[in-house]
Amino acid sequence: MINLEQIYKRYGSVSALEGLSLEVPKGCLYGLLGPNGAGKTTALRILCTLLAPDQGRVFIAGLDALADPRGARAQLGYVAQEVAIDKILTGRELLELQGSLYHLSAARSRDRIAALSALLGMEEWLDRRCGSYSGGMRRRLDLACGLLHDPAVLVLDEPTVGLDIESRAALWDVLQQLRQQGTTILLSSHYLEEVDALADRLAILDRGCVIAEGTPEQLKQQLGGDRITLRVREFASQQEAQRVQQIIQGLLGVSQVLINRAQGHAINFVLEGQGSEALVQLRQQLEHAQVPVFSLAQSRPSLDDVYLQATGRTLMDAELAAISSRDSKAEKKQAMR
Amino acid sequence: MFAPSAIAEISQETLALSKRLFLQLKRRPSTLVAGILQPLIWLVLFGALFAKAPIGLFPGGGSYGKFLGAGVIVFTAFSAALNAGLPVMFDREFGFLNRLLVAPLRSRYSIVLASVLYITSLSLVQSLAIMAAAWGLGYGWPGGAGLLVVIGTLLLLVAAVTALSLALAFALPGHIELIAVIFVANLPLLFASTALAPISYMPGWLGWLAALNPLTFAIEPIRAAYLGQFAFDAVVLEAPYGALTAAQCLLLLLVLSAGLFLSIRPLLDRKLS
Repeated sequence: MINLEQIYKRYGSVSALEGLSLEVPKGCLYGLLGPNGAGKTTALRILCTLLAPDQGRVFIAGLDALADPRGARAQLGYVAQEVAIDKILTGRELLELQGSLYHLSAARSRDRIAALSALLGMEEWLDRRCGSYSGGMRRRLDLACGLLHDPAVLVLDEPTVGLDIESRAALWDVLQQLRQQGTTILLSSHYLEEVDALADRLAILDRGCVIAEGTPEQLKQQLGGDRITLRVREFASQQEAQRVQQIIQGLLGVSQVLINRAQGHAINFVLEGQGSEALVQLRQQLEHAQVPVFSLAQSRPSLDDVYLQATGRTLMDAELAAISSRDSKAEKKQAMR
Repeated sequence: MFAPSAIAEISQETLALSKRLFLQLKRRPSTLVAGILQPLIWLVLFGALFAKAPIGLFPGGGSYGKFLGAGVIVFTAFSAALNAGLPVMFDREFGFLNRLLVAPLRSRYSIVLASVLYITSLSLVQSLAIMAAAWGLGYGWPGGAGLLVVIGTLLLLVAAVTALSLALAFALPGHIELIAVIFVANLPLLFASTALAPISYMPGWLGWLAALNPLTFAIEPIRAAYLGQFAFDAVVLEAPYGALTAAQCLLLLLVLSAGLFLSIRPLLDRKLS
């Protein structure tokens, strides 16, 4: 339903996408996971014909979006990250405007607005001006705008950023309903649990290309054994963590022993196979070396581990690095025509 | 050139986009009010400034107020049209334009067309209000045919200035820059025209500037209409480079607006594709 083939895009000297390819099957809820700056928004802008790629091809519902952008746009509902809403209009007026831009008849527009207003619970406030809406209300109205013309493909760019938990759950619910009705949905997110809970398939994006792709289950199973997080103190020192790291590296049936600075120098490692023997040994050795244990947690591999495995850093580390190197002025310029 | 369905779609888009602009105006009428208030103050204060000037001092034989009226009417329409780019600029900055650009618009010129419709109506309403005020102050009223001349002339000027302002809205980086340009352009263009004084009162260099200023080409036919002396072949402007008839002034305005719309097309094509 959606095909991106070998997309390249540069902004001046900065490369945003480096040969990105993506294939979303019909009726699939597809997650695009990656830290800020990985190229998610750029990829979605190219998909929605807002931005031309330097190289590569884009297909939506079988239409070549670069050759026939208007045809592709008609198939597409786009819910952008920055919610652009006219504060002076009421929600209903904005939806009516949207209906005219998609050439719906007045009657069809009215019916769709009524249906969406019931689906998204907007009846009470739809005739109030958008300026008075809360963040959750704006997001729902924005989603309604994207759905008004009943598109075959719905694209959402980080739809739950800044939403309260209730609004987020409501949004997830609506997305799942839409998927059941056969809408193909592509959503980007830097929330692991969101993609894990919602997506049928996902691609992990890092520095402008896909580094892993599959169903959440497949990706996690590929990683094999259980993940262990050991914290010797709530906030351990680097030296202490390194000492423990050495102890663990000496054990049998253990691999990928890393110090996680973002978690107060916790130590992450992977148990090969059953691995209960290694844990018993670990307990003994730690006691012997008089190292305290604050917590010891064991879990199946998560999507974060998938990300860690592929990039060598956790998503949170990548996120923090991205935030500090962010150039909001340049980003605004990219978004502006 | 277009199939009937295309025309229907373009008008659907354009009407919906204009409706949005008019709803904004209705709910936030400060632009409308300020656009009337400012020229009204000019009219009253400047009219009063030279109220005791001897009758006949100014061309046309009437009071200074009568002379001034045409200038302030043109200034009103000009200022309104100069702001045409502001809503577009805000849509660019707040991402609303992106909402329009992901929609399958039949023609993206609907966005431009809606702005032109909106700003033309706005500036005509403001100009008519100023004309009514000038009449109330005893500065005269053009007859039925004269009114047509005034409206026709204003439309030509508004078209040219709107094109310019829309081009700036797409070319400049943000609204601060756009407002700065509007601020800087506004008053000098008024002073370097025949709105406040005839060319014969000006030093040579200023006379040349005023005689090249498009505002002058709009002011003089309207002034002639107010004096009841309008005829297409009547000389309305004694410029340093020769005399211009009303028809020549209007033709210049027509060429200017057509030329501006043609020359901003590549910019609009680039920004809207």
